[in-house]
Amino acid sequence: MPILEVKDLHKSFGKTEVLKGINFKMEKGEIIAVLGSSGSGKTTLLRCINFLETATEGSIYVDGECIFDAADKTKISASEIRRRQLNFGLVFQSFNLFPQYTALENVMLAPKLLAKERADFSQNKKKIYDEIECNARNLLTRVGLGDKMGNYPCELSGGQQQRVSISRALALEPKVLFFDEPTSALDPELTNEILKVIKDLAQKNMTMIIVTHEIEFAKNVADRIIFMNEGVVLEDGTPHDVIENPKNKRTQEFLAKML
Amino acid sequence: MDKWLSLLDGFQYNLVLFFGTIAAAVPLGLLICFCSMSKFKPLSYLSKVFVWIIRGTPLMLQLFVVLYVPGLVFNMPMKSRLTASFVAFIINYAAYFSEIYRGGIESIPKGQYEAGQVLGLTKTQVFMKIVLFQVIRRIVPPMGNEIITLVKDTSLARIIGVAEIIMSAERFSKAGVIWPLFSTGLFFLAMCGVLTLIFGALEKKMNYYKN
Repeated sequence: MPILEVKDLHKSFGKTEVLKGINFKMEKGEIIAVLGSSGSGKTTLLRCINFLETATEGSIYVDGECIFDAADKTKISASEIRRRQLNFGLVFQSFNLFPQYTALENVMLAPKLLAKERADFSQNKKKIYDEIECNARNLLTRVGLGDKMGNYPCELSGGQQQRVSISRALALEPKVLFFDEPTSALDPELTNEILKVIKDLAQKNMTMIIVTHEIEFAKNVADRIIFMNEGVVLEDGTPHDVIENPKNKRTQEFLAKML
Repeated sequence: MDKWLSLLDGFQYNLVLFFGTIAAAVPLGLLICFCSMSKFKPLSYLSKVFVWIIRGTPLMLQLFVVLYVPGLVFNMPMKSRLTASFVAFIINYAAYFSEIYRGGIESIPKGQYEAGQVLGLTKTQVFMKIVLFQVIRRIVPPMGNEIITLVKDTSLARIIGVAEIIMSAERFSKAGVIWPLFSTGLFFLAMCGVLTLIFGALEKKMNYYKN
């Protein structure tokens, strides 16, 4: 069973249709890179799947469970939407760290708040918080920020901030982790830091969808590449198929410009 | 010496008006702010018109209106001149505060809300744990400014006969002694000095990060 399935997803802003029927499936542990020029709908697709936008048509399934269906107009409670949302993690282009908290606090904030909903929270508060902190420390150490845990985001470089934000997303153990152009706000040197972290996650079999302009990276890391153009999927295949032998003329033009 | 004591008696009114207005206008301003940011359009237009009227007319005039209109129009005269001053100051300052709050809330980038949302936080948690501190940090300087203005505005209550410090000094100047009137400035200066120090310390404490 696919871990994620997107069926015929459409999204319009007013009269502009940004997504014109997106379909794809992905298996557990798979890594998909989404390529395409600006305005092709890549970011909107990610935002629709992560409940930051509401798709106008279509449906989304996680492990066979329907978590979104535009045709179903029954009101879903806010807590149910949050539960569904937690299937996913999202790493933003602009990091969006919380400036008033240290790196460690940024990673622990959401797990601590979610822990309050656990039935055994009041008896085991101390133990639960200790586990959360231990986990957060491990995550930050893993991305090479063991010595920056007490620093505020403003004291960190862009690459370090992005690594904190990846740890923050991982702390909630999402089934699928999404990256929205994670390196677009970074210079080439810092870009490599982030790409290294993503490669490391790939080796640990994290299921990921990465919207990126780094074609070389997509080729090296992704199992599959989706090429989007004007709100539709033009290519969906292995990096070899899409990058070396693109079927579509538009893909060829795009790659010619990028490589 | 008894002249100084008399001035101090008057200044008590200024202080009472000041603290009373702060205590009520700070939360009331938040309510008006939420109304004007409401997605329910009639409510948001209503509060915007309210803010426009309050900010668009002199506080001095508002004091007269609050003192006389309830008696003239609704046949419910104001119980005291001090009460009327409280009502006028609270309404006036709440309107200004609401705009400061709105500016603060709207200056928080959308990405902060979205990051909270994808991390599974409720709307309340996003506001309380992420946005609120950043808003407070941003509104401390303009609030300090406004609150210092209030210290001096309390003397406007004199216009409807509240015996605040300037009115008490005027009794002496009418009798030919002018220095008590000028000395009232020292009371305001001292009060504003203390507030400047408090807000300065608060700003410093909250500025442990940049963004």
